[in-house]
Amino acid sequence: MSSEGVDNSRRRFLTAATVVVGAVGTVAVAVPFVKTWNPSARARSAGAPVEADISKMQLGQQVVFKWRGKPVWVVRRDQKALATLSMPKVLDNLRDASSDQSIQPDYAKNPQRSIKDEYFVVEGICTHLGCSPSYRPDMITADFEGGFYCPCHGSKFDFAGRVYSGVPAPTNLTVPPHYFINDGLILIGEDGVA
Amino acid sequence: MSENSSNNGLIGWIDARFPLTKMYEEHLSKYYAPKNFNFWYFFGSLALLVLVIQIVTGIFLTMHYKPDGELAFASVEYIARDVDWGWLMRYLHSTGASAFFVVVYLHMFRGLMYGSYQKPRELIWLFGMFIFLALMAEAFMGYLLPWGQMSYWGAQVIISLFGAIPVVGDELTLWIRGDFVISDATLNRFFALHVIAVPLVLLMLVVMHIIALHEVGSNNPDGIEIKKNKDANGIPLDGIPFHPYYSVKDIVGVVGFLILFSAVVFFTPEMGGYFLEYANFIPANPFKTPEHIAPVWYFTPFYAILRAVPDKLMGVIAMFAAIAVLFVLPWIDRGKVRSIRYRASSFKWLLVMLVVSFIGLGYLGAVPATETRTFFARLFSVGYFAFFVGIWWISKNENTKPVPERVQ
Repeated sequence: MSSEGVDNSRRRFLTAATVVVGAVGTVAVAVPFVKTWNPSARARSAGAPVEADISKMQLGQQVVFKWRGKPVWVVRRDQKALATLSMPKVLDNLRDASSDQSIQPDYAKNPQRSIKDEYFVVEGICTHLGCSPSYRPDMITADFEGGFYCPCHGSKFDFAGRVYSGVPAPTNLTVPPHYFINDGLILIGEDGVA
Repeated sequence: MSENSSNNGLIGWIDARFPLTKMYEEHLSKYYAPKNFNFWYFFGSLALLVLVIQIVTGIFLTMHYKPDGELAFASVEYIARDVDWGWLMRYLHSTGASAFFVVVYLHMFRGLMYGSYQKPRELIWLFGMFIFLALMAEAFMGYLLPWGQMSYWGAQVIISLFGAIPVVGDELTLWIRGDFVISDATLNRFFALHVIAVPLVLLMLVVMHIIALHEVGSNNPDGIEIKKNKDANGIPLDGIPFHPYYSVKDIVGVVGFLILFSAVVFFTPEMGGYFLEYANFIPANPFKTPEHIAPVWYFTPFYAILRAVPDKLMGVIAMFAAIAVLFVLPWIDRGKVRSIRYRASSFKWLLVMLVVSFIGLGYLGAVPATETRTFFARLFSVGYFAFFVGIWWISKNENTKPVPERVQ
């Protein structure tokens, strides 16, 4: 083939245009493949709200419910546990005492992080790396007044799921949306109708 | 091949259509490797052997395994108890995973000692590092498949690491899991990645690693370029053909390795909870985290670095940096002398510090954290990174010993 009269800039343009169109096409084809990894319709529907029967709960008791495959705890706090929430020993050692950095519905953004003081509803997933902390009302040490303790990396939370400073978990335990249907029944996963 | 090929008959017929003899000569009978390879040069071929063991046993395990959240745990127990010789397939595969990392860590250490990553072997090192990365992905995803407590919570912790990434973190973890928690969806996709996607990448990388090696030629314990001294036929004076010399030598390594490997497979496949963790003999339970979560031993050094940092995002960054820094080692080390034999004594001390730090981190990552241990984890983390800073520092004006012209 003769190379006379070859317009190199035209060739470069055509090559570049072909590459660009090919790249756009490749990205477009990749989208459906990537999206197959999203939670499926079935997984999303399994995220529906669940009813939690709390009518038989004793003071100090913890009950675990399952919402979106995650453990959600309801803890019925006694006066002693509630009293620790305002102790200086606790307050001074919390990373986010007013829950500004943490996830909770507005109606739970208070010192008790609950709608009713007695009933604390919280996701039982450590905000560090997703382990499930254990409920340790009697674990009282020099710098801990009891609450929740994560065995994986030693994160500590008070009775309102507020994280202590100096532990790996960055924020307080997450409070899921919930409301009281009546005194003995909580719906987890939905805000109450205003 | 050309018309005057010496081979006739079947080989000649094939050679005219496919470069069989050419490849055999290039990679085996006329690949000249330095004559002074020592013990440390076993681990490349051993890694290849373990890869074959993993692929073969893996294929046979998939014939009985069920990648289903409801059935997975029981199907592994079924393989171990009811399938003829299933226990052997399973233990070969689980021991093979640990053996892979033993061999690869020693192989990498060899590279550090003799400067095998230095010019012109940077690409060999890079391909090797990608193999290491793929291997870690492969091991991590494989560990979810038995669907025991440690499978479940280990995966939960590692996937949550991505949640530390600002802005997109939560969406990303949701996308990786395919559900709000680790679930059947996660198990299924990890199975697909573990049995086909990652192994394909791994095999491709291994081929590239070897092609790059055979292009520039092997380094050796003296760190001398044997191609500088060739005879009249262009054959390196200090080189010997890989086959039969090193193929036969490697058989000795293979036999030694298989003796140790079999001892573990047949007498202590759990290796005291280090190769197969005890908590993994309990089915996965999303509502109960085991008292103590630790990754399998080959991840513990990096896990200890993660835990040593009190901030979540910084911890994740430090852990990934510990792996990433290895990739750029060929450019961090500015030295011209390769082998530890002729490098400054400061290099030896740095290497000792790295080994002590790495083993120390490995131990600390496997045990629950206490204040003293966290202190040491921080100390060793600094030691780990200080190696790379130190290498960069000393290699500028290194007080090296004279390197001989020829292999000793």
